Amino acid sequence: MADVLATVKFDAEGYMEDASAWNEKVAEAIAVRESVKLTDRHWVVIKYCRDTFTKTGEAPTLRNITKNTDVQTKELYELFPGGPGKLAAKISGLKKPTGCI
Amino acid sequence: MAEQKAPRKLCLIASKGSLDMAYPPMILANAARMSGIETHIFFTFWGLDIITKKKMNGLNVAVVGNPNMHPWVHIPTIIGVIPFMSEAATWMMNREIAKLDFPPVGEFMEMLVDAGAHIYGCKMSMDMMKLKKEDLIDGASVLGAMEFMDIAEGAQIIFV
Repeated sequence: MADVLATVKFDAEGYMEDASAWNEKVAEAIAVRESVKLTDRHWVVIKYCRDTFTKTGEAPTLRNITKNTDVQTKELYELFPGGPGKLAAKISGLKKPTGCI
Repeated sequence: MAEQKAPRKLCLIASKGSLDMAYPPMILANAARMSGIETHIFFTFWGLDIITKKKMNGLNVAVVGNPNMHPWVHIPTIIGVIPFMSEAATWMMNREIAKLDFPPVGEFMEMLVDAGAHIYGCKMSMDMMKLKKEDLIDGASVLGAMEFMDIAEGAQIIFV
């Protein structure tokens, strides 16, 4: 796992510097580091984050995630117990979301 | 990477029930939860309207006595007393809130409960306003000020 991340650059808070260096293996390695065990439901969120980034250049807000996927607020917090706003973006290889909601 | 600092904890006190004062505590609480911070909100006095089922979706903006009431030009108090001025201001603010994709108060509070924020109604204010636990949103509990002090130990506190 560690070697997957060896060549990946992170900022001081642990967000990836370059979103284009992201792939599914990297996501799994970041998740391990953040103590998150990825399931299919996590991937629904991660894929949506990546799609949004492709379209807008930014990580989606949680409100966008719950509006546009079938993952609702409660589940989102269960999937990413350390704070879904930070963790979903981190594991998706994106910067901290700038939206307030 | 994994900071080993003591976990942060945030306590908000929401004491105002006008539409413009309802959003700040909700937005801050939501931001805290999104960042994984333990969050408690104590609703007291007029702030109780924000979690009272029958009132939460009918909060208003005050026009009279509001020094910031100048959408284009300042609205003088004498104009503010004209019937339906407050309704018009409320309608406009609700429209702007929706444009930013912020949910209405009821939905926002539901989201906060789902996000794991702890919601409390102030016991004394509730007694004064003849409110019962059933009048509050699901997931809220009733708390005395001293119990809140216990919960707030070691937390960062914001009074709104």
